[in-house]
Amino acid sequence: MRKMLIWLPLALFLGFFGLFASGLLRPDDRIISSKLVGKPLPAFALPAAASDRPPLASSQLATGKPRLLNIFASWCVPCAAEAPQLLALKQAGVEIDAIAIRDARPDVDAFLQRYGNPYSRIGLDARSEVQIAMGSSGVPESFIIDGKGRIAYQHVGDIREDDVPMILDRLRKAQ
Amino acid sequence: MIAEAGLAALWLAASLALLQLALAAIGLAGGKSELLGAVRPVAVAQGVLTALAFALLIALFLRSDMSVLLVAANSHSMKPWLYKFAGTWGNHEGSMLLWVTVMGVAGAAVALFERALRRETHMATLGGQAAISLGFYAFLLFASNPFARIDPPAADGQGLNPLLQDPGLAFHPPTLYLGYVGLSVAFSFAVGALLTRQVDAAFARAMRPWVLGAWILLTLGITAGSYWAYYELGWGGWWFWDPVENASLMPWLAATALLHSVTVLATRDALRAWTVMLAVVAFSMSMVGTFLVRSGILTSVHAFAVDPERGTFILALLGIYIGGALALFGWRVGAVREGAPFELVSRETMLVVNNLLLSVILGLVLIGTLYPLLTEAFGHKVSVGAPYFDRIAGPIALALMIVMVLGPLTRWRRDRMREVARRVAVPAVVAGLVFLALAALAWGRIGILPFLGLVIALAVAVGSVAPLWRRNLRRTPLFTWGMVIAHLGCAVSLAGMACDSAFTVEKLVAARPGDTVETAGWTLRFKQILPMAGDNWTALQADMEASRDGGEPVLIHPQSRFFASPPTTTTEAALLTRWNGQLYVVLGQEADEGRWQLRIWWKPFVTLIWLGGFLIALGGALALVGRERRGWLLKWRARRALEAAA
Repeated sequence: MRKMLIWLPLALFLGFFGLFASGLLRPDDRIISSKLVGKPLPAFALPAAASDRPPLASSQLATGKPRLLNIFASWCVPCAAEAPQLLALKQAGVEIDAIAIRDARPDVDAFLQRYGNPYSRIGLDARSEVQIAMGSSGVPESFIIDGKGRIAYQHVGDIREDDVPMILDRLRKAQ
Repeated sequence: MIAEAGLAALWLAASLALLQLALAAIGLAGGKSELLGAVRPVAVAQGVLTALAFALLIALFLRSDMSVLLVAANSHSMKPWLYKFAGTWGNHEGSMLLWVTVMGVAGAAVALFERALRRETHMATLGGQAAISLGFYAFLLFASNPFARIDPPAADGQGLNPLLQDPGLAFHPPTLYLGYVGLSVAFSFAVGALLTRQVDAAFARAMRPWVLGAWILLTLGITAGSYWAYYELGWGGWWFWDPVENASLMPWLAATALLHSVTVLATRDALRAWTVMLAVVAFSMSMVGTFLVRSGILTSVHAFAVDPERGTFILALLGIYIGGALALFGWRVGAVREGAPFELVSRETMLVVNNLLLSVILGLVLIGTLYPLLTEAFGHKVSVGAPYFDRIAGPIALALMIVMVLGPLTRWRRDRMREVARRVAVPAVVAGLVFLALAALAWGRIGILPFLGLVIALAVAVGSVAPLWRRNLRRTPLFTWGMVIAHLGCAVSLAGMACDSAFTVEKLVAARPGDTVETAGWTLRFKQILPMAGDNWTALQADMEASRDGGEPVLIHPQSRFFASPPTTTTEAALLTRWNGQLYVVLGQEADEGRWQLRIWWKPFVTLIWLGGFLIALGGALALVGRERRGWLLKWRARRALEAAA
């Protein structure tokens, strides 16, 4: 009996070890996806975030043609990395609108000056309220909005070079 | 150059650790005892080199050397110097380097100052210490090099997590770390003693100061961490049962049990196998805690290094060291004879009960912390919250407090029930009177746990000073004072917790500047909201006047701070401390046009929680100084006697 007890700690430990190992091996599912995919955009009307672009309201996004809605901020490092891909999408004829999160107009102007401006309209979401309403949890994020103003797809994180064909494909399908 | 020198020092220290392990292993196993003479100087050199590497990393942070990846990722040239300094360990690589540094320096101290252990056990201990260090060196050098350069250098750093930009938190992690690593020394002692089959009172006396030191630091670290979470996170609570908090509590529970059982072993040569087991468990809990925090396998409000790859590395270390030690335990402990016998009614029995209760709490906290992981393995996501822990750990902790009164009032080896009952009569009568008084005043108005908590806290307060009763206070040894003060600290903390959960008044309002809010006898006049700017943040600050019962008004300034890099908002609660409690005001968001959310708490006697924690650590420090001084005095007298005889 005592002999068995001596090995009990080791047995318990091996159990914990297995549990930890299985926890580590399990694929990560921490990406927070919006509950609104497939549903209409929440209604909002935001003031302009940049000097030379008009403000943005949700009603302007249902135009019969799919569009990209990019959520970014001038203080966000991955957003700068994402800028060339957005310009490429613009070149391919995609209409892109944006929401700037917790930003200030001079900063947004400077950011667009530096990294290029692919956006038609830019709304300023000073307190992340619209962002939260859309089920977005960080910057950058992009939403594909179909012709009827519904969210067809949510892309969490920056759009990389190899994501561009996939985004174009999804835009076509959202027609 | 500084970064390269640091990396070189780290490599050199790692090779010395390998040499130290080899010398000890070959010397002991191969019977080549002439090799053992080199172990101590090597251990000292290793300690010096790790300290050098860490000092060089501090220099890189203070100089804001943005060509070093770690500095660029965790510091910012605009930051106040204190946080540049704290940034050294406010990240994964730096804190791991701090870990090996403390282990290296502790190893050097064991090599230089340890006199109580027999030579073979001493050398086996140093070998064990080197073996543990090697794993962490490998981790640093192969998986997370703190001295890596980037090309081109960054223009400006990313900054330190703003939650960490607080003087309290700058020094809280190193305190806990020193505690964890102190437990690694105890672990090495246990492994050394198992290897040489010398588990006895001398071993316990050698291990005790390390356990005590580690335990004091863990106590301080947990107390400071709790206070930090209380004032910085802005939710008004002092313990969240968050996985990261539990990761610091579990080693503390094990160390508390170990501290008491090592005393039994040192004084009475009993509980040998159990003490060794606890030494292994205490360090295991430090490693498990480190693993849980670093691997990101549990979600936590404090999560700061979510990285499965590093988690795998720590898991491997965990498997080798803990699995190895437990296997060694199973293999060797049969050879460890049980020590001196004792009777059922004795201080030994009380300490065994204390150990069992602590172990049960430890087990329950461990299960609660890991339960979400277990259910997730079977496809369900659950979270275990404060209600589980409160309900399950609370009653056992209260039972533990009762044993805490009985223990010091019981004699070693053998006692009589009637004698013990006579000695605990006063605390028992106090408990009865408090029970009746409270029942008359507050029965049904406060929860059963806070109610019992208050009764037991007052009884424990009386019971913990009872060992001083009728003693010559001047001739009472310092370690007895230490025990009394530490136990009193437990009573003080318990009283604070019970008062906080029984009597806290909370109010949530949306107020305009100019409004007056009344709650719990306090009158708050909300004067205005102003923008503020600090070194690397901007804030909205509310100016308010608080006064109690028509007394003199005091200005308070709750803030909501915004940090640009990385972008984060933090809450700076306004705290107004009075002898009988704290007023806690948090400025929330703008609710609608011109109205601001305010959260106001009046928390009677909440400060007792941390005062108690401080007293517990102080008691530990007195016991440590008392024991060490007595050891030195005895040796000094023996030497004088020898000299006089010669």
